[in-house]
Amino acid sequence: MIIATNVTKKFSKLTALDDVSVTCTKGQTISLIGPNGSGKTTFIKCLLGMVVPDSGFITFNKQNIAHNWQYRSAIGYMPQIGRYPENMTIAQVLDMMKDIRKRSAGALDEELIHSFRLDGMMHKRMGTLSGGTRQKVSASLAFLFNPDVLILDEPTAGLDPLSTEILKEKIMKEKQQGKLAMITSHILSDLDDIVTEVIYMEEGKLRFHKSLGQLQEDTGEKKLSRAIAQVMSAGN
Amino acid sequence: MKKIIKYVLLDLLRNRIIIAFTLFLAVISFSVFNLEDNPSKGILSLLNLVLIIVPLVSIVFSTIYVYNAAEFIELLVSQPLRRVNIWLSIFTGLAASMCVAFLVGCGVPVLIYAPTDVGLMMTAMGLLLTIVFVAIALLASVLTRDKAKGIGVAILLWFYFTLIFDGIVLFLLFQFMDYPMEKPMVVFSCLNPVDLARILILLKLDISALMGATSAIFSDFFGSKWGMMATVLIMIAWALLPLWWSVRKFNRKDL
Repeated sequence: MIIATNVTKKFSKLTALDDVSVTCTKGQTISLIGPNGSGKTTFIKCLLGMVVPDSGFITFNKQNIAHNWQYRSAIGYMPQIGRYPENMTIAQVLDMMKDIRKRSAGALDEELIHSFRLDGMMHKRMGTLSGGTRQKVSASLAFLFNPDVLILDEPTAGLDPLSTEILKEKIMKEKQQGKLAMITSHILSDLDDIVTEVIYMEEGKLRFHKSLGQLQEDTGEKKLSRAIAQVMSAGN
Repeated sequence: MKKIIKYVLLDLLRNRIIIAFTLFLAVISFSVFNLEDNPSKGILSLLNLVLIIVPLVSIVFSTIYVYNAAEFIELLVSQPLRRVNIWLSIFTGLAASMCVAFLVGCGVPVLIYAPTDVGLMMTAMGLLLTIVFVAIALLASVLTRDKAKGIGVAILLWFYFTLIFDGIVLFLLFQFMDYPMEKPMVVFSCLNPVDLARILILLKLDISALMGATSAIFSDFFGSKWGMMATVLIMIAWALLPLWWSVRKFNRKDL
């Protein structure tokens, strides 16, 4: 579904992405793991067209994403830090997104809004919300339009354990519907039971892309966090 | 595109700084007109407000707004929207709300107390200058990543257009005093939208005689219908060129 071929991106002297090639297909839940500054967010931003690669190309459903914008209607994106116009209320932000993406009300997936209990604070202004509540709004927006692909950048950062659990269940549910989900996270134990594939990046390079089973077999560890820890220490 | 403009406007019109700017303009305009019994004297006092304060607020506020909206722009870019549309919507929203602030704060008092040709010309020039400086602000903020640097560049640009440019022109005038400088002066003034606005307003004020020989050429060129049309077109070009450049830059910008 998403194929990245030899994607390279340099920010002046720093090479953020170095010849990264990845193939993602439907139904996978991919965990994008790597130390800070390994290029995870840059890679995600390349997928969304927010960062333009220096060389290489990315195709989405066999269409090159350069100079294309319609493909983004099939993507739900939850940014690492979601900031919104401070004067707008939650309801206005949601309405704005619905307005911009022009979906009929029937096709909307408002489950997260209800389970995060955002209904009760619809009139609150974005500027007054706590970081965690803002994350909830971001998550609700990512799932709202029933997209085929979910791209979640550090989704559990700032969420309380209960909300993390709600989000995890939601991702599992979407996974069963055959959607592609790509998640970056530092908190490995949160992801253990939903991930099917692991992409490990380091210093802008793709170290490996394996299924979870394969990784467990190679490292002899059952838990994802331990397996990754072993890979990381082996690299040093 | 209409929808994005709507939301940018909704956000901006509730912005406290815009409201404060409107009030500030209104207080100054009304007090100037109430202090002077001659409305055209009042216009003259307001001239500096229009030529200096309005560009300053337009350029600084727009730059800060764009930097503060960085995450919001990021959010919009990740949606199925054209980048050009996002950028032009932000421009339209900013320009429209600054124009409304100017119109309410300064245009209305001028049109109440001095509904003359001069008053109309000053309101029109104030609006054009607002749009020009919003466009320049967008360019400054798309060219520099760092917020502090971007605001610095914006203030420097304002400094250049209101003070440094005049200094350079004066310097050239003194250096080439022995040559006929009238015609080159017309070309020079086209290089600065603030100067163009000043000349157009002063010519309407009938005190252009004070400007001496240059003024004859000026009123020949700028006073005629065609000259005025050309000047307004140049002012519009001053808004469109930075805007076009910033759109090109924004299209390829990494967010």
